Amino acid sequence: MMSFMKGRVLVVDDDTALAEMLGIVLRGEGFEPSFVADGDKALAAFRETKPDLVLLDLMLPGRDGIEVCRLIRAESGVPIVMLTAKSDTVDVVVGLESGADDYVVKPFKPKELVARIRARLRRSEEPAPEQLAIGDLVIDVAGHSVKRDGQSIALTPLEFDLLVALARKPWQVFTREVLLEQVWGYRHAADTRLVNVHVQRLRSKVEKDPEKPEIVVTVRGVGYKAGPS
Amino acid sequence: MSGDSAASTPGGTGARAERPVGRTSAGSRWGRLLDGGLLHGGVQGSPVLRLFLRWVRRPLLPVMRLWRRNIQLRVVVTTLLMSLGVVLLLGFVVIGQVRNGLLDAKVKASQSQATGGFAAAKQGADEEATVTADAASTTDGRSSQNVIQWMSDLVSSLSSGGQGAFDVVTLPAGDNSGGGRGPRASGGVDPTASIPEELRARINGSMVAAQSYARIVYKDSDKGSQPALVIGKQVNDPNGDPYQLYYLFPLSQEEKSLSLVKGTLATAGLFVVVLLGAIAWLVVRQVVTPVRMAAGVAERLSAGRLQERMKVTGEDDIARLGEAFNKMAQNLQLKIQQLEDLSRMQRRFVSDVSHELRTPLTTVRMAADVIHEAREDFDPVTARSAELLADQLDRFESLLADLLEISRFDAGAAALEAEPIDLREVVHRVVSGAEPLAERKGTRIRVVGDQQPIVAEADARRVERVLRNLVVNAVEHGEGRDVVVKLAAAGGAVAVAVRDYGVGLKPGEATRVFSRFWRADPARARTTGGTGLGLSIALEDARLHGGWLQAWGEPGGGSQFRLTLPRTADEPLRGSPIPLEPKDSRRNRGLDDAGLPSGGEKRATVPVQATGDRMASPRDPIASRPAEATPTADPTALPGNGARVVPRPASGARRQEAVPAVETAGNDSEGSADPEGVGPRDVTQQGEVFRGR
Repeated sequence: MMSFMKGRVLVVDDDTALAEMLGIVLRGEGFEPSFVADGDKALAAFRETKPDLVLLDLMLPGRDGIEVCRLIRAESGVPIVMLTAKSDTVDVVVGLESGADDYVVKPFKPKELVARIRARLRRSEEPAPEQLAIGDLVIDVAGHSVKRDGQSIALTPLEFDLLVALARKPWQVFTREVLLEQVWGYRHAADTRLVNVHVQRLRSKVEKDPEKPEIVVTVRGVGYKAGPS
Repeated sequence: MSGDSAASTPGGTGARAERPVGRTSAGSRWGRLLDGGLLHGGVQGSPVLRLFLRWVRRPLLPVMRLWRRNIQLRVVVTTLLMSLGVVLLLGFVVIGQVRNGLLDAKVKASQSQATGGFAAAKQGADEEATVTADAASTTDGRSSQNVIQWMSDLVSSLSSGGQGAFDVVTLPAGDNSGGGRGPRASGGVDPTASIPEELRARINGSMVAAQSYARIVYKDSDKGSQPALVIGKQVNDPNGDPYQLYYLFPLSQEEKSLSLVKGTLATAGLFVVVLLGAIAWLVVRQVVTPVRMAAGVAERLSAGRLQERMKVTGEDDIARLGEAFNKMAQNLQLKIQQLEDLSRMQRRFVSDVSHELRTPLTTVRMAADVIHEAREDFDPVTARSAELLADQLDRFESLLADLLEISRFDAGAAALEAEPIDLREVVHRVVSGAEPLAERKGTRIRVVGDQQPIVAEADARRVERVLRNLVVNAVEHGEGRDVVVKLAAAGGAVAVAVRDYGVGLKPGEATRVFSRFWRADPARARTTGGTGLGLSIALEDARLHGGWLQAWGEPGGGSQFRLTLPRTADEPLRGSPIPLEPKDSRRNRGLDDAGLPSGGEKRATVPVQATGDRMASPRDPIASRPAEATPTADPTALPGNGARVVPRPASGARRQEAVPAVETAGNDSEGSADPEGVGPRDVTQQGEVFRGR
């Protein structure tokens, strides 16, 4: 437990009771929460507090959560976990596509939320020098960079983790469930839409032609694997 | 005059007049065939006729269909036929009258002409006789020579009066052709061929003139023949011997006039018929077009395009029909929209309520968890309260999730994300997820039929939810006995059946278990964490796949829930690889004991033996329920995990007593547990049948 980095968490939620409760729980787990209730002020608060993770409610006054998510993602790769009351495919997928790394459906248990937050923050503390190759990409795990022909490609930490997970075992086909466990830290099977959406996002950044992926290859009926390097 | 004047009309004209008649009769015959036997298939009579008619009917079928379906065609054809009939009748009457008029005039003129001729011939003969008598010295030969000459003169003199208007023919009376009185004729007429035998016989020996219609035949075959009126009389030659004198009046002029009239009438009649047909077509079109339009609009309306309306022009009956129709459509649309709005509002409301409840529920949940974590610091009462709070929040949460899921199905917002999945993986996940609960209940979950991959195009999330529901249900109702999960694939279908050997289902319950908030026994307290929506959601999930979720059960004999899914999405299900009634059902075992073939899918229709259930219950004393934590399904699992549960006490004593109902040992062990014996008589009506679609 002590090995976890105690991070700053920005809570963007208009429900004061929930925000306060989130604060109690987060503080109890050793995080440093800060709060903002308005979508319009969320970006300013984000710039000001420089959090390690953003908890973002999708339904907000002013700018809605999707928009806020997009704005934050536009300037930072900081992990974003959505809080949503809707678990419908459309809502979830829209949220994920706007840049969120993970989502928690209300009502959630505090432990569940904390587990997700930790899973998102966990990755920052295992910098072993390592060079990986996938397709024509060169991945520097410690340096957290992906390069094609010397050109660096910007990825969010989650997308980077996803790519690294695939690149470490290029011979293995990863089912969505396995990826969920390795990248997102889910213990039990959860929503495989997370994987689908993030694979799409990753492809749109690293593939030459996202329609004909060569880096992240779909194995029909099973999952994904790294393309031949 | 004899009566045959009208009957034997000149041949050519008669033949011409008959053609349209023939056509009409043929047409009306078709009409009768179409109207009667052919159209309605009511063919009676000999099999040969029937065979023939069937043979004829085959190529006519499209025509008949058109006839049945097209009122315009029917009206036009009927109008055509009827007007044709009227025109023909009219034509016959008119032609008859014209012909009679023409012939009457001709006959009168001819008769006076002939009478004059006969008188002249008689007078000439008398004069010649006087002259001959004066010259008494004349020999017989000379006299006969004279008669021949005289007759020739007579013919030429008589015929000279009407060159072209008539011809004169003399024939010897009777068979007597001697004495130089051979046949003579003027104008190149063939005398013997032109005079009908019947007429010759009639005037033979009679002194009265007679007439008949005949055809003049000319010696010159190029001239052909023409119709004529023949008037003949027997007269005496100067010698006092009788001979026959005929006047032949050609009727070509009359025939020409008649055929002109006929031609005119036929042309006029044709025009009238065609015009009437066209008029009928136009008139019917005026009526039929709006009717067809109404039919089209009605069809589109019933297809759901409620904004469709008829075009209304004018103020006539058709317009009134259109207005009434449109008003009806308007009201229908209004009502349907109201109902739709209402239903949408209701669904929206359920969805909104569920969503709105979630944020405060999250806060409550977190607060409760914080309190729950700290319960060791509380006094026992407060600590227990914290426990209850946390437990019931779990239930509340799953109820809310299920409500939301159901409202999603009701709103038609549920989407299937099908991809090929191996059902074995899903089953193993579900079984391992249910292990903790099974351990608590003392149940062993066995998986059968997982040697080969069972792959189907399905939504893994939903299938897992369905199976989790079934397995959790089976464990909860299994009374500590084994739960068997069976997989199979055959044809275009895959199936998973979950069998338990618990309380089972009463007759009729097999369908009701899928009802929302249905409870097997309302008298029993609800203590396990079911929401009452689990199986309803499972059923909706199965339906979404185009699959079936069915239940079978017998009181005291356990139950089996079977999920059947098509191997590929959008493929209709025809059957299931697993029989709904398991092989080890009491009925099947009874059949086996009796040496009868067990019917896998057979539906028992034997009335329910209520005693079986009642007698079984004393063996099931309701023990006091230990205050153990209510088993809940995996909380992080997706909505719909709430098992439809009738709580069953699972006391330790009960558990030991329970015999694991293993299929192989089934007969013996179950025999002891089933004191009233087994047999086909005891078969309970197994429930069923719920089709996914």
